[in-house]
Amino acid sequence: MTSFISAGMAGAVGRTISRRKSFPVAESDIRRWAIAVYWPDPPPRLFWDADYAAGTRHGGIVAPQEFNPFAWMPAESDIVPVTDDAERIERMLGVEGPGLTFELNGGRAAAYGARIRPGDVITAVSRLAGYTEKTGRLGPMLFTVTEDTWTNQIGALVVRSQMTSIRY
Amino acid sequence: MTGSPHDAAVGDELPHFRRAPDLDHWNRYAAVNYEFVPIHMDDEAGRAAGYASAFGMGNLQFSYLHNLLRQWVGDEGEVLELSCQFRAANVKGQVVTARGTVSDVRSDGATRVLTLELWTEEQTGVRLAVGQARVALTGEAD
Repeated sequence: MTSFISAGMAGAVGRTISRRKSFPVAESDIRRWAIAVYWPDPPPRLFWDADYAAGTRHGGIVAPQEFNPFAWMPAESDIVPVTDDAERIERMLGVEGPGLTFELNGGRAAAYGARIRPGDVITAVSRLAGYTEKTGRLGPMLFTVTEDTWTNQIGALVVRSQMTSIRY
Repeated sequence: MTGSPHDAAVGDELPHFRRAPDLDHWNRYAAVNYEFVPIHMDDEAGRAAGYASAFGMGNLQFSYLHNLLRQWVGDEGEVLELSCQFRAANVKGQVVTARGTVSDVRSDGATRVLTLELWTEEQTGVRLAVGQARVALTGEAD
């Protein structure tokens, strides 16, 4: 099988892909996320009722732990504008891509720290962890693992996570 | 089936979390996660990628697994870690159920840490996402 992994891609493993900073998280960002992931039932009050949340051990509204504060647009980013295609990682790294069209989410892993609260500003650093190749139901496939580290405005770790994309 | 996570033992099943996801779920999730990807919105794009229709986001399955844990441990519990592999697509017409079982129970002072095997499955039992998690419980059951 011809490898999808170009010399440039192999050499980019371990490099930082991007650094982003979020806008301050709004209560409405948290509320809408919770509504979407619990739809059609109402989400837990911890995510939208400030009076209720104040009486919990959290002392106020917190976000669901898988909440994404970077949706739509970060406040700051070193990502040059790229199309949202299956080779965006390699474009951001400035290396030749694998020449694949389709992309699926292969898996996620997260280890959580401090909860995200309204007003928090989150910084994310994303790194290319590695590539592997396998043949599956859809033919030869390229697995790409990226690692993210998110911290809040006081430097506390929010989450350390890995995402595996499958391209074919 | 277990009741309170404070009393859970190895082998206990969590109360399930169930949804029948379709475009109304996926579009709402796309709007909060900025995940406007044709395979999640357009049947032709889903078929071109090798599936029967448009299909739901793996990230939404990831949230359903969190929901499963949150509805069980409540606001006083905490998800420490959660990981999963996405093994099959959630295509249109499926009823998706998130399930879990307790695989380990440890105490660390006043904190109880539970390890769980988690998955989502469609209505015939085919597993869509398969993973593990650790949750922490502090204090006594209500």
